[in-house]
Amino acid sequence: MTPELIVIGTSLGGLNALTVLLDRLPSTLSVPVVVVQHRGIGMNGRLVTLLAQRSKLRVVDAEDKMPLEARHVYLAPADYHVLIESKGTLALSTDPPVRSARPSIDVLFESAAVVYGANLVGVVMTGASADGADGLRCVKDRGGMAIVEDPATAECSTMPSAALAATPVAAVLPLRRIADYLVALADGATA
Amino acid sequence: MGLPVVTDAEPPGEDLEAVEIELLIEGVFRHYGYDFRGYARASLRRRLLAIMRNEGLKTFSALQDRVLHDRSAWDRCLQGISVNVSAMFRDPQFFLAFRRHAIPLLRTYPFIRIWQAGSSLGEEAYSLAILLHEEGLYERSLIYSTDINEAALRQARDGIYPADLMQRYTQNYIQAGGTRSFSEYYTARYELAIIRPALRDNIVFSQHNLVSDGPFNEFNVVLCRNVMIYFTKPLQDKALALLHASLSNFGLLGVGAGESLRLTRLDKLYEPLVDGQRLYKRLG
Repeated sequence: MTPELIVIGTSLGGLNALTVLLDRLPSTLSVPVVVVQHRGIGMNGRLVTLLAQRSKLRVVDAEDKMPLEARHVYLAPADYHVLIESKGTLALSTDPPVRSARPSIDVLFESAAVVYGANLVGVVMTGASADGADGLRCVKDRGGMAIVEDPATAECSTMPSAALAATPVAAVLPLRRIADYLVALADGATA
Repeated sequence: MGLPVVTDAEPPGEDLEAVEIELLIEGVFRHYGYDFRGYARASLRRRLLAIMRNEGLKTFSALQDRVLHDRSAWDRCLQGISVNVSAMFRDPQFFLAFRRHAIPLLRTYPFIRIWQAGSSLGEEAYSLAILLHEEGLYERSLIYSTDINEAALRQARDGIYPADLMQRYTQNYIQAGGTRSFSEYYTARYELAIIRPALRDNIVFSQHNLVSDGPFNEFNVVLCRNVMIYFTKPLQDKALALLHASLSNFGLLGVGAGESLRLTRLDKLYEPLVDGQRLYKRLG
């Protein structure tokens, strides 16, 4: 596969997991990354600052119709869903929460799968809900690559376990290996 | 890792589902005159998918068949496509900035005309009314709150909300710099909270379609928050031009937290009124 987009979803424990992951992604990463981290409404801005400190990539809050560029990480803003509108373009919505979540991992993953199909990589990491399970199955159903953080080592195993139950064929990786795997995929080394 | 498994021969061209959606919205436009062709596809697809499932149908083609031949099915579909839901004092920081930085400007006007585009269920219009009331300006203000959706406008006029939302709205109100007790502004009756009728005195709820209608007045303030996110870029540009044409010189334009005038044609014509908030001042 040739990845053109990486989507990542996480909730409880996600700040630590994202820090570890982003720390290991090189500044040359040729594929844009879009992240849904469940967060409180008051946390806008701070998450970007925290993650930008640990990443060699440019970390920004997603804005409506923002173009997707390589070497960038786009964070779903609080109280919005983030969707993939078309290849290379983000969109936001204020539609009702899905599984009590806005931003919703499922909403991002499903919309990304529709647009990117087999050129999409979806990653579900630590979290305390079942958000992301339906989305990851959509990624797989449309030919994309599904990755789940190993529930045994995840800070909160609920979300990775739910994702695995929905998509048993997903690749299971410990947190510290996910970044290397993504880089290998992006570089075309894992075909 | 294995290669993705191709289970069935894919058609060679465009994704079939995408084709079905295009045909559906084209059919609706030509038959009923409602134009969703400029709506952003990702959100539109989600909404249509929910409608399709509610109707017990399996494809967008089946939905197209039903809405084109059954007016009541189209009415249900229109509700599902065009209803937006907001919250009172959604994004409290915006209203706080409005209170601190817009109100002092508005105080200098003898009469204040505001267009709030995208009524949803009236949440934002009532939030503005409360804010203006607390600043002593409501008596000389007129708020035009418009929406494409007639049923939503009726609900907005009623100003009745589920009582369990009031706790969150109260939090928002406090964070937005509210100076009184939020419970002064509604009457709780069983499971419902009814907005104080006096707050409706200077609000006009009326139908207006940002896609097809033109400017209808000149305003000192135009708020259009989280409405244009449902539009494609070309339609956003068109809607922005309409908002711009409706705003007086040095008027104020507010958009949603996830929206920005950056990367739009209006960028050079406006300056931020407050750093970090999507509240802009028209330059001449």
